[in-house]
Amino acid sequence: MSEDKAVAMNNGNPVMEKIRGFIKSFGWPRLIIALFLISLFIAAPIVGVNFGSSLSNTLMRFGMNSVLVLAMVPMIHSGCGLNFGLPLGIIAGLLGATLSIESGFTGVPSFLMAMLYATPFAVLLGYGYGVLLNKVKGGEMMIATYVGFSSVSFMCLMWLLLPYKSPTMVWGFEGKGLRTTISVDGFYKGVLSDFLKIDIGHLSIPTGMILFFAILAFVMWAFLHTKTGTAMTAVGSNPTFAKAGGINVDKIRILSVVMSTWLGAIGILVYEQAFGFIQLYMSPFNMALPAVSAILIGGASVNKASIPNVIIGTFLFQGIVTMTPSVMNSIIHTDMSEVIRIIVSNGMILYALTRKTEATR
Amino acid sequence: MGNEAAPLLEMRNVSKEFFGNKVLSDINFTMKKGEVIGLVGENGAGKSTLMKILFGMDVIKATGGYGGDVLIDGQKVIFNTPFDAINAGIGMVHQEFSLIPGFTATENILLNREPQKHHFLSEIFGERLNLLDRPEMSRQSEAAIKKLGVEIDPDMMINQMPVGHKQFTEIARELSKTGTRILILDEPTAVLTEHEAEALLAAIKRLSEQGIAIIFITHRLHEILTVCDQVLVMRDGLIVKDVPAGETNVAQIAKWMVGRDVKSDADESREKAAHLLKEEGKPVVMSIKRLWVDMPGETVRDVSLDVNDGEILGIGGLAGQGKLGIPNGVMGLYPAGGHVVFNGKEIKLNSPRECLDADLAFVSEDRRGVGLLLDETLEWNIAFPAMQIHSKFLKKRLGGLVKWRDDKAIANVTKKYVDMLEIKCTNTKQDAKELSGGNQQKVCLAKAFALEPKFLFVSEPTRGIDVGAKALVLQSLKKFNRESGVTVVMISSELEELRQTCDRVAIIANGVVSGILPATAPSEDFGLLMVGHKAEEASNE
Repeated sequence: MSEDKAVAMNNGNPVMEKIRGFIKSFGWPRLIIALFLISLFIAAPIVGVNFGSSLSNTLMRFGMNSVLVLAMVPMIHSGCGLNFGLPLGIIAGLLGATLSIESGFTGVPSFLMAMLYATPFAVLLGYGYGVLLNKVKGGEMMIATYVGFSSVSFMCLMWLLLPYKSPTMVWGFEGKGLRTTISVDGFYKGVLSDFLKIDIGHLSIPTGMILFFAILAFVMWAFLHTKTGTAMTAVGSNPTFAKAGGINVDKIRILSVVMSTWLGAIGILVYEQAFGFIQLYMSPFNMALPAVSAILIGGASVNKASIPNVIIGTFLFQGIVTMTPSVMNSIIHTDMSEVIRIIVSNGMILYALTRKTEATR
Repeated sequence: MGNEAAPLLEMRNVSKEFFGNKVLSDINFTMKKGEVIGLVGENGAGKSTLMKILFGMDVIKATGGYGGDVLIDGQKVIFNTPFDAINAGIGMVHQEFSLIPGFTATENILLNREPQKHHFLSEIFGERLNLLDRPEMSRQSEAAIKKLGVEIDPDMMINQMPVGHKQFTEIARELSKTGTRILILDEPTAVLTEHEAEALLAAIKRLSEQGIAIIFITHRLHEILTVCDQVLVMRDGLIVKDVPAGETNVAQIAKWMVGRDVKSDADESREKAAHLLKEEGKPVVMSIKRLWVDMPGETVRDVSLDVNDGEILGIGGLAGQGKLGIPNGVMGLYPAGGHVVFNGKEIKLNSPRECLDADLAFVSEDRRGVGLLLDETLEWNIAFPAMQIHSKFLKKRLGGLVKWRDDKAIANVTKKYVDMLEIKCTNTKQDAKELSGGNQQKVCLAKAFALEPKFLFVSEPTRGIDVGAKALVLQSLKKFNRESGVTVVMISSELEELRQTCDRVAIIANGVVSGILPATAPSEDFGLLMVGHKAEEASNE
């Protein structure tokens, strides 16, 4: 009998090795967060929160935020660091959204037109942003943060001054200047999140939105496998090596910034169509940090990021941010959800930023 | 000499594994008071790991400790931190300087161990307000420098010192620690000029007379024979030989180190002379005219040079004279001016892409900074330039719209070069940073070979790598030159290496070409050129 056991132990060893290898590659931080998230899902029905609807919420928030997280990838690959200047892309998206509504499109065409209008802004702003980042190599992330700050402040003026006329968007009493919150109901609300939506009891899966992310993620993955994509990764890994290999480092970096900015613009449109509102003025401010945190929690470093990093990170981050308030609320029977949400999301951001790792030099 | 019974240091069956990878096994040796042991071995043979064990470095404990025993004065000791080792009288001088540039030699020597003076504030607020006892400090540092027996100005700032003096300052610091009995010198002469190295060897002898035992690690084998009593030769984690220095010679040690014969110089020069005859009268393939390069520390002022088709041209000279600036300038990595004509076509300077498009390739002297993608796989490192420049290893998708990376072709070509250059790695997907220096250098070469260039600049191909890898690198360069007909320009600080490998050697001094001689010319002539004598003067003298 004891011999059998010994054999079983020996057979068990490679399995243990495999598990250990898996933990190492997956990373302890992710594993702990995942376990915490699972425990929240288990606790939810016990404290009276419906499991199906909590999973739906998590999936919904995943779909809303995933494209914004994906926007981090190109700049990380080209060595421009984490895109703290994401608000710039979001502003391009907001311009697209408001212009589309102004021109009177409704339904699916309004979403397509918003994307179309946003693109030239994203390309132009991204190009300028890229040129700026090329002048401050080594300090990209600090400069990017301030690019975000200043562009948001500048646009606070412009939202008031730009000659928008559409009655759905301007302040009612004066007839000019955009409102802080604009409903997209009747325009492109739910064009992705309600497309091919699957409802099973309390559980609803926003198939269209997730599919849209999947397409963008696939294109990004494919791009990183092309000649230019490979050059981008090399630029991020060692710019001098890339230069000696005949790569125009500045050009590749600008391309990556333009891509990041464009994805930021598309990301905010996806967010709005599910959320139901366009939020102007100071709100782009709060979009960059959760996206940065999500990709860091997903296991990306300052110079390396992959599509699985984006998926895992967004799911874990948004899962925790969605689940913790509702479960905690039900436990303590007071409506503290907003406070808890702020504590949890900022705590996650703080934690994620401590996990930041850089390349070998 | 009295207590022969208990040697100063003894290692018994010491072994070490890194994650199941055995790097040291069954290390046994003893060391007496005042003995100088030379420790040699190829990179990766386990020398550094052995010294890390002896010095109690954190990395050893963090990776699961070591097997076997270390004994000092017959007592078993376990060093958990370098502080324990220092207290036991072990001093270590690392390859990289750990000195503060803006401090004087004295301040560096006694850093954090300064003699102090009490005064009334420190009586009240504690020791941290003590003043430094400057006179006592200079006395102690002068004593340490004297013990070493060299001339260093104790009041000179480190950043104003020549490299050799920095090295001496480091050693003096170890000596000034009370009770230093064993001194580990990790390649102390690697950065020194010949003259400075001689002074260091003399100092080692003097220290050993004073009863300090020294473990001396170096790649320069003749130094071992000059100063050491005993030679330990390591290979693949084992001590393969432990012989008195008097009973061996350089060739023998080199053979033990690499485990194979190193071709003798005589054969080389005969082969070369024959090749040289063939090459004479070949057309000029690259003509460099009035080149200047602004490379910090290696300024090129006015270089004109013709390179013949199919030859190996060596460029030598002392450090800082501008020899490294030539390839870096031509290949567009540093701002440059002048004219470079390759195959009858003018090459645009300051544009790496144009050079690569013209089928030039460059292996940089700065392996980690320029040569490699440390965080990427070997496959990427080797295939990247060829992919970007010649669109190799790409598959066309969507009717040529998308150029898709062909990972299979990349793996195949990498495997080819790994086999050809004997790159030691676990597989082709290993990260470049995990390889040893010599293997990284081979990856850099493979990268250039994969470009299939017509003309290759190789800068310091053997810097910081061991004898075995060195021989292989030089051989593969020669083979590449002979078999593929590629013109090679090799830049190196080691004259002997140039004379062995090249057909002609140009010497750069003060940013200009001071002369070009056939490799068979006597080394005195090269020496004269290096210090700036023009060729005509050299031949007159």
